[in-house]
Amino acid sequence: MRYQLFPHTADLGVLIYGASVAELFSHAAFAVFDLMTELRLVAPKREMTIQAEGLSWEDLLVNYLREILYLYQGRGFLACDFSRVTLEETMVTAQFRGEMFDSRRHRMFREIKAVTYHQLAVGLSPSGWEARVLFDV
Amino acid sequence: MQRIDECRWLIPQEGQMKAPGIIYSSEELLRSMAGDESIKQVANVAHLPGIVKYSLAMPDMHWGYGFPIGGVAAFDMHSGVVSPGGVGYDINCGCRLMLTNLTRKEVKPLISQLVTALFQNIPSGVGSRGRLKLSLKEEQEVLVSGARWAVKQGYGAEADLDATEDGGAMAAADPEKISPRALERGREQLGTLGSGNHFIEVEVVEEIFDETIAGVFGLVPDQVAVMIHSGSRGLGYQVCDDSLAKMVKHVQKLGLALPDRQLACAYIDSPEGRDYLAAMACAANYAWANRQMLMHWTRENIMKVFNKSPRQLGMRLLYDVCHNIAKLETLPVDGKEQTLCVHRKGATRALPPGHRDLPSLYRQTGQPVLIPGDMGSGSYVMAGTDQAYQETFASTCHGAGRLLSRTQAMKDGRGRFVTQELAAQGIIVMAGGKETIREEMPGAYKDLDLVADVVARAGISKKVARLRPLGCIKG
Repeated sequence: MRYQLFPHTADLGVLIYGASVAELFSHAAFAVFDLMTELRLVAPKREMTIQAEGLSWEDLLVNYLREILYLYQGRGFLACDFSRVTLEETMVTAQFRGEMFDSRRHRMFREIKAVTYHQLAVGLSPSGWEARVLFDV
Repeated sequence: MQRIDECRWLIPQEGQMKAPGIIYSSEELLRSMAGDESIKQVANVAHLPGIVKYSLAMPDMHWGYGFPIGGVAAFDMHSGVVSPGGVGYDINCGCRLMLTNLTRKEVKPLISQLVTALFQNIPSGVGSRGRLKLSLKEEQEVLVSGARWAVKQGYGAEADLDATEDGGAMAAADPEKISPRALERGREQLGTLGSGNHFIEVEVVEEIFDETIAGVFGLVPDQVAVMIHSGSRGLGYQVCDDSLAKMVKHVQKLGLALPDRQLACAYIDSPEGRDYLAAMACAANYAWANRQMLMHWTRENIMKVFNKSPRQLGMRLLYDVCHNIAKLETLPVDGKEQTLCVHRKGATRALPPGHRDLPSLYRQTGQPVLIPGDMGSGSYVMAGTDQAYQETFASTCHGAGRLLSRTQAMKDGRGRFVTQELAAQGIIVMAGGKETIREEMPGAYKDLDLVADVVARAGISKKVARLRPLGCIKG
């Protein structure tokens, strides 16, 4: 499983899983777009690169998710291929493939307003890496 | 928690808390919150420096992030902080209620037509873009002048501004404090409803509780009115996000220990605090311009559908209130007036009769308070009281408050045709996606009547009228 939702009254709580940190970050990007749009309608036509830095895993994840949200909210880009995520010390670089949002072809489920710091956690469990994030919707 | 009286519950000051917490609720409403973290969040807010008297929660309280939704907290101007999480991402999310001369009998046969017209002509839904393409200069004017900018452009009249909290423009807005990303996101979204819980709802006055106040407000049984619920769109979200990122670092530098990172804050009397308040005011003004434009287009559509002039339709803004905001207000603290920074995170200002900031029309009645419920249940119009002024920093609740998590609502909504169910009750709903309808379906929120009862019994607002929905558009 790449991610699942946990119940929260107002917003969207997401638990994200990965065998490695890079996979965790790749699945986090998948989760964002999977929650926002019908991913099978998005084609890998062009590439967008984002970068983020952080002071801790949690800080890095939030900054990374902020950049991901901005891809759609600020630039109108929908990603569908999240395989190229690399981590180097305190920095993450991701090259996503996807296409520009087109209201005639794409289907948006919901708007994610922002990623919050509330109960944010990133850690290594016996079954692999796990992150807990709450999105304001 | 200790019960103080029928409607008040005390969270005693413990550990690092700098004040106690008080929750306005009933046993039944509190039970619905068991298992969520909202009560803990009320206590968490009481950890913030410079909090005055207590951390409060209104009866529509539920689990948020940082502050609970329904949270109210006031801070001392010198020793206190301002927290972007205590305002929320949707800065100046709020409601306005526009009255008409139309009656239920006139609207009922044309309600589908009206809802369709509103849905087709007012941009709504995820990723919707406005009709305007603002230049940077125009956008900066919006950020400074708010609803006044919209009126100057022809979206409404001067009288609308009198009936808007703060006249539709907060002072001290400084567009220089807004990031390029926020400006970029704001440019295309002015004049859009948004998605999620934002809506435009056609309602009818069903019951009057206070004839005198209703008379002054201009509310009569069977009258049709329109409730608009929207906020500052992506611009506001970005302002909050940018400010939080800065304040998380700032809090580390200050060495402040907080129970939740989302409570990141800065002293009000510091460059970081002032920068946030100046940026927040810009987003608040954007939201007021936005609601002003949404109302203008609503008016245009009503005129078209009913083929009547504005004069015949008697369309008038009753009031516009924000429910996600931090404001500098002068309020009584232990009998003495003091300027405070009041955070309302899902709470409405409720000024008492006689207050200097009220327009002359409402000077005798107290401020109109607008409390919408979920899609099936309509809204209350209430009025501010002296008790709210003395006790809750002139604040009251902002809605019914969510009951079910979104995941639970989606599960419960599976296999149900919520739109059809509502249509069977005579409520016509149009929305961009079925996901929104499910997440926002009736039953996803607390019982609005129970919430309004606690508010009235606690005396922090007075019931004036109850409205029922006829039709609604959702993003």
